[in-house]
Amino acid sequence: MQALDNLRVLDLTHHIAGPYATKLLADFGADVVKIEQPGGDIARRLGPFKDDVRDPERCGLFFYLNTNKRSAVLDLKTAGGRDALAVLAARADLVVESFAPGVVDRLGVGWEWLRSVNPHAPLVSISNFGQTGPYRDFKGSELTLYAFAGEMYSMGETEREPMKMAGTAALFESGSASVVAMMGALFAARRHGVAQHVDIAIAETHAGGVDRRHATAIGYQFSGRKTLRVASRSNAMPGGIYPCADGYVDFTNAALYPDRVDEMLGRPEWNRDPRFADPVQRFNPAIVEEWNTNFLMWCLERTKREIWAEARGARLLCGPLFTVEDMYTDSHFRDRGFWTEAEHAALGKVTIPGRPFVMHDGGWQLRRPAPLLGQHTAEVLREAGLHEAAIEAAVRGGNR
Amino acid sequence: MNPKPLQGIRVIDFCVVWAGPFATMLLADLGAEVIKPENPNVFQPITRGPMARPPAVYFAASLAWAGGVPNNEPGDRPWDYNPTFVSLYRNKKSFTVDTRLPEGKEALRRLVAISDVFYENNAVGTLEKLGITYDWLRSINPRIIMVRVPAYGSSGPYSQGARALGVHLEAVMGHTLLRGYDDADPASNTAIFSGDYLAGTQGAFAVMAALWHRERTGEGQLIEIAQAENAASMFTQAIMDYSLNGRVQGAIGNRDVHGRFPCGVYPAKSPGTSATMDDHWIAISVESDDQWQAFARAIGNPDWSADPRFVTNEGRADHFREIDRHIAEYTASREDYDMMHALQAAGVPAAPVLEASRLFDDPHLRSRDFFRKQHQQSSGEYEYVGPLWKLPETPVEFRQPPVMFGEHNDYVYRELLGYTAAELEQLRAAGHITTEYAPDVP
Repeated sequence: MQALDNLRVLDLTHHIAGPYATKLLADFGADVVKIEQPGGDIARRLGPFKDDVRDPERCGLFFYLNTNKRSAVLDLKTAGGRDALAVLAARADLVVESFAPGVVDRLGVGWEWLRSVNPHAPLVSISNFGQTGPYRDFKGSELTLYAFAGEMYSMGETEREPMKMAGTAALFESGSASVVAMMGALFAARRHGVAQHVDIAIAETHAGGVDRRHATAIGYQFSGRKTLRVASRSNAMPGGIYPCADGYVDFTNAALYPDRVDEMLGRPEWNRDPRFADPVQRFNPAIVEEWNTNFLMWCLERTKREIWAEARGARLLCGPLFTVEDMYTDSHFRDRGFWTEAEHAALGKVTIPGRPFVMHDGGWQLRRPAPLLGQHTAEVLREAGLHEAAIEAAVRGGNR
Repeated sequence: MNPKPLQGIRVIDFCVVWAGPFATMLLADLGAEVIKPENPNVFQPITRGPMARPPAVYFAASLAWAGGVPNNEPGDRPWDYNPTFVSLYRNKKSFTVDTRLPEGKEALRRLVAISDVFYENNAVGTLEKLGITYDWLRSINPRIIMVRVPAYGSSGPYSQGARALGVHLEAVMGHTLLRGYDDADPASNTAIFSGDYLAGTQGAFAVMAALWHRERTGEGQLIEIAQAENAASMFTQAIMDYSLNGRVQGAIGNRDVHGRFPCGVYPAKSPGTSATMDDHWIAISVESDDQWQAFARAIGNPDWSADPRFVTNEGRADHFREIDRHIAEYTASREDYDMMHALQAAGVPAAPVLEASRLFDDPHLRSRDFFRKQHQQSSGEYEYVGPLWKLPETPVEFRQPPVMFGEHNDYVYRELLGYTAAELEQLRAAGHITTEYAPDVP
């Protein structure tokens, strides 16, 4: 048994944020039927592709985002496609979509329609700026949404342009925020009989988000101070990113624990300087720089893993800057069972990150790899009780 | 008014810093009663600030999100209005108790008995020292759901001794090497906490999945979120490129990870400089050849944009630095908002890079009533950023402003736990019940 294996989700999302949210539901047991338009989810056309061969069934991003789901292709511009959608919607506990605002209404499969075919199921809509407001129809991307709403302004060097996060981290965050609202809507429906149309604006998931923006905003309200764009160069004793023998290490707040730092360093003579122990002098940039010159020499004689081990021994906040390869090959994560292997018709054996967290009962499972495009169209429609002629018509329509 | 989705669910917030409190705040936003036990004799750094009573120099030297207090005056109760704390403690309750002492532990025991969730994200080993284990919680309340958020998990070589904040997890999960300028070393990156965002949201999801499970089985359980593992999925493109192709990706600045050009941040007309935090920028993503044509039209079809080398994405990829220079020349003399409107009208994703202060002036966020006024007794009335989503029939309300230290002592001890007035007096005398940190706490 998995925690959510009594849930049916009709998933009309595409790209990254929506599919990531529904992947989490599927990974914990929900039966997620992914509706793809003819041609498929745009994520199938983004990379990375196995062996760099651009093929909708060879995309690593799509694969990760759609584990444990089934795919049905329906052309919602046709009556047959919409009729097929209706039988799936009628038995869903939750419907999720991420079209541009207004599109589901134009297709005739919006909130009012859903109420008519299934008054119990909430609808969650994910869009760039939300279903209302002057930017409702604006386009968005990882970069522009994070620039507008996330704490990008203060990332990078003061003299240079603001810098985003890597990859599509912001869209993953929004997907993760969205699954919380989906569960909230499910609880409201299950516990209180309240079905509702939830409006998630990717922009607002960042403007209200925990990664500093919530605090830079209220910090400004409180103090009138803005947040300087400043790199995390060494500005404490120690604090920031330091080069070492084979890469870099990152220390934070170690300055709050001077004795632990001294212990990590092996209590060297140079650290006996009384100015280094004075709590006010420790805010003096010249003193900090002098201390850091000594510390840098210590770092350069050690590897990132050696320094991390010393820092762990002294209970200091530290992390080595790993490449994806470092992490992938690291025995800690491997031995804990974090990585998991899947078998896929087009990709063969694929290694992907496994459980996002461990539930000791009813937790994460990989039941099936990501679906091929339209792999389950007939299967899910048959389960929903659609008659064979209509199934054939829907499949034909989806293959056009 | 409908009941909230999680009305009737009680959560003990035994959390520190960001990742745990974010999870419990989302649960509180959905209607759970979240109660934070706080120890007046121990200050947990970076939860209610760096220390209970930081030196004045701290407030001036720190970034606004860490030290920007009301009117730039530390005041008597800096722990009540630390910017990161107030951002994470709306809709929650606080009571004070020293759980290291037997009578304090007893108060916690009584609270556990009537709660549904115990959420903690302390450094590994902290709770064991207090004798707070899953077995202990379960012996009191078999239906309890316990969430623990160890940085690297409760097993394996990194589980012991490793201290980590979001920033270190990102280093280990590859983010710090994957982000940043493509021509500078990683020390040019700013410390960020995206792993806390992911762990916080998924912690709330995990709790709700376990509650869903409990409604079906009657069983509580232990959940472990190893934060480093949890954060990894954010870098799926890099991970899958390594997994499928053995390729190790590096930093590509503001460019598109999926290779669509141009994509970048360009200077806009600015009222000031970056030193005064008045520099303006416009972010632009062109995601298709059609959008490229639309972009060129929107900026008036300058001669350079008609260059046949730029017609296809492959061509733009080969010459993106040249294109970026042209775009920067165009953008530098224009207002960021004007460019956003012009480009969006042409169907091109574009938005200003907003310093946090400018959020409050944005007409779109205003029109959606995103911001919320909250009045807290210690700091006064201010506008805060709003909730992450809109659930119209069960709206997220800011029903309790950022909670002050010990604000709900009376409610928790008397109403919830049933202590008598005499017992309350004893607990007060023993230093458990207070609204201030003990004078010797730095």
